[in-house]
Amino acid sequence: MIQHLLDGILIGAILSLGAIGLTMVMHMLRFANFSHAELLSIGAYAALVFDKLFKVLMPVLADQIGPLSMTWALVLAIVLSMALTGASAVLFDRLVFRRVREKGEELSMVFASFGLALIVRNVIGLVFGLHTQLYSQDIVFAVVLSRDPLLLVKPDQLAALAATLAIMAALHLVLSRTTFGYALRAVAENPVLAQVNGIDLRRMIVIVWLLGGGLASLAGVFYGLSNQISPVIGRDLVLPIFAATIVGGIGSIYGAVLGGFIVGIAANLALFVLPSGYSPSVPFLIIIAVLLLRPNGLFGEART
Amino acid sequence: MIGVISYLVFFTTVASILAIAVLGLNLQWGNTGLFNGGVAAFFGAGAYGTLILGGTPQAGHLGGFGLFYPLAVLGGMAAAGVLAWIVGVATLRLRHDYLAISTFGVAVAFENVMRNAEALAGGAKGLRGFERPLRDALGDGFVYNIAFLLVVLVLLLATYLFLERLVGSPFGRLLRAIREDETAARSLGKSPARVRLTAFVTGAVIMGLAGALYGTFYAFVSPQDVLPTLTFQIWAMLIVGGAGNNRGAILGTFLIWGAWTASGWALSRFAPIEAQLYAGSIQYVLIGLVIVGMLLWRPQGLFPERLVVSQSGQG
Amino acid sequence: MPDAALEAVGITAGYVPDLPILLDVSLRAEAGSVTVIIGPNGAGKSTLIKAIAGLVPVSRGTVALRGQDITGLRPHHMARHGIAYVPQTDNIFRSLTVGQNLDLALRRAGSAGPDRLARLLDRFPALADKRGDKAGALSGGQRQFLAVAMALATAPQLILMDEPSAGLAPKAAQEVLEFARDLTEQGVTILLVEQNVNQALRLADHCYILAEGRNQVDGPAEALLGDPIVAEIYLGGKRLRAGA
Repeated sequence: MIQHLLDGILIGAILSLGAIGLTMVMHMLRFANFSHAELLSIGAYAALVFDKLFKVLMPVLADQIGPLSMTWALVLAIVLSMALTGASAVLFDRLVFRRVREKGEELSMVFASFGLALIVRNVIGLVFGLHTQLYSQDIVFAVVLSRDPLLLVKPDQLAALAATLAIMAALHLVLSRTTFGYALRAVAENPVLAQVNGIDLRRMIVIVWLLGGGLASLAGVFYGLSNQISPVIGRDLVLPIFAATIVGGIGSIYGAVLGGFIVGIAANLALFVLPSGYSPSVPFLIIIAVLLLRPNGLFGEART
Repeated sequence: MIGVISYLVFFTTVASILAIAVLGLNLQWGNTGLFNGGVAAFFGAGAYGTLILGGTPQAGHLGGFGLFYPLAVLGGMAAAGVLAWIVGVATLRLRHDYLAISTFGVAVAFENVMRNAEALAGGAKGLRGFERPLRDALGDGFVYNIAFLLVVLVLLLATYLFLERLVGSPFGRLLRAIREDETAARSLGKSPARVRLTAFVTGAVIMGLAGALYGTFYAFVSPQDVLPTLTFQIWAMLIVGGAGNNRGAILGTFLIWGAWTASGWALSRFAPIEAQLYAGSIQYVLIGLVIVGMLLWRPQGLFPERLVVSQSGQG
Repeated sequence: MPDAALEAVGITAGYVPDLPILLDVSLRAEAGSVTVIIGPNGAGKSTLIKAIAGLVPVSRGTVALRGQDITGLRPHHMARHGIAYVPQTDNIFRSLTVGQNLDLALRRAGSAGPDRLARLLDRFPALADKRGDKAGALSGGQRQFLAVAMALATAPQLILMDEPSAGLAPKAAQEVLEFARDLTEQGVTILLVEQNVNQALRLADHCYILAEGRNQVDGPAEALLGDPIVAEIYLGGKRLRAGA
């Protein structure tokens, strides 16, 4: 039971990171972006490449940090990967979404994101191969947190959770204390009014893509650390991340964070009643339940 | 020669079945503006429903009710309709992205359940034990395939005529009105949510028919047949044909299915053996490029909807 | 004639290309006056002030502020030119607190700071007590005042208001409109859309009547008050100018 809860929190942190960017984009640009989860894949693979590069260029960095399998090279690689993934998100917007948007084809955006997801996922498969990969070949054993009840956790997972919580705390400070944070929330809530209030919407859209891409990259790396890296990360996580945004209410950043944890925990606790093979269906059940019971999610506001 | 003809019969049969599904999607997307990200689920519900209801008794999984074939097909279509109704009721009164996400989700869940529920649908091994109707009379060979193709073509034509009439009817105009301007439609006293639900379920039932025929044709269905890839393919067919235009949808189906099978054949024939594993990835990239490229450069499709002058008559 | 505070000439505008909602509409607002736009539903009143605010693309015509052409400026630049726009609904950020809403508005004017905020709040005592509250929790009248306070943060020359009294209780509506009226004494120009014809005409200096996206009649508000032509345009009995 407690092990499932712990696993749920660990995966929940990853979903939250993915959902923050998605919920903002969905609300501001008014479309369900099916390619958002592919940013996690891009992030995971970009970090893999940078990590290898740093280990070759600067062997000093190849040492593991304490009990983790993570190296300083990987930490640096993550930072670069976040920047690169954010930049790809901006690029996708330039190449595809903005052009569809400017044609006034709002409904077609969803469709474009489907096509883009298909392209990104399969190009990654072609470039890096369809097999799974790992950041480190060293086996890091799970640490026994307690024997009764038995609780196992990998040090990497704890580090990832701690980093996620730290980033969320930083994000919270920015959102609740700075004018930039107010502007970000303002844009998420009401893009038209934000413009009227002197906020440059185009610039904010770029910032939101950068931020969403960066956080998605982090989520991708953390997922790769606790599981493995494969071209289907995006395919497997797209539905749980959507579920997180819907649980939290589309447009609510705090809702996305909470939604991620709720979906992660619920999906793991569902394993008590369902055989594990059915876990990919759980996010769908959560989505339908929320839409029937509380269609605007926990924090969302009605909007047609 | 007979080989070529029998291949053409095979190709035309599959393409015509897919065209029926594309017509169903056209009702949802082209005429009503409803995004269905889970075509594979409704198609699959039709296939599984038909095979379970019409199959012979099997050890190990549900089915073998041995229903009279047309009844089994109707049952499959009803299964697709019920699935659509459940998703529709939950989402159609909400903003449009909820429908997109939920339909995508239902397809993921459908495939997942079919893959795992051995007792219900045979699990990953798929559903066996279905006897194609009239097999005793027509045998298993070329004659049967020709006869089956004729049945499929008749049903394709029937679906086409049904949809053309529907689109031309007051209900069809209402769909367009809701797609163009929901508030205006509501002010006319029509409930957009109910009208959209009707269109959505009808489209799904048509996809269910396509699935039923597909399952019948192969006398077999497995989770491999209801992967999200199918949804993407059907989408590409519609957008190439031109959303809103039924004739274009059918042409688009043949074009994309032709391109898909041709590219699959070319890759298996000419690509180096070590690249064969990646043939699928290359095809998916191509499908993705077709979708994105059409949206960017020719959103009205290759065969766009004939210009319909608005009933209100501007100005 | 000296340059008007605002002059729109021959505006054709709409949300989608080729589907104009406004056809060749012109309007002039004198500095320090209240100008009101009235007209039946669907006349294009809101679209007109959105077009002036840069929120609806203008396909033909010009908008000039004190003689300076501002047509087609992106909406977030309007503030810098001294234009504030108060939308009809959703005119405050509900998920932010009152103080955060105002901070955002002041920052755009490049003048944030505790003293500026305090001075702004001095003018809105009802808001001062609610600084830390979520704006979404305010009453209708308080929301409208917050929206106006946000508009004033930039010390604008021109305030565009879309039905400021809509959905308010009569007393609150009166208060908001009188507040707007008082602003003109400090030289601010007000352009507003109103549904309540009589209230609007009593308040305003000049009035424009729009129907079917075109100018119909305009004149001093006092003169139009009680003029049967107003009712005729509303009821559709009067033959409308051009088009129709």
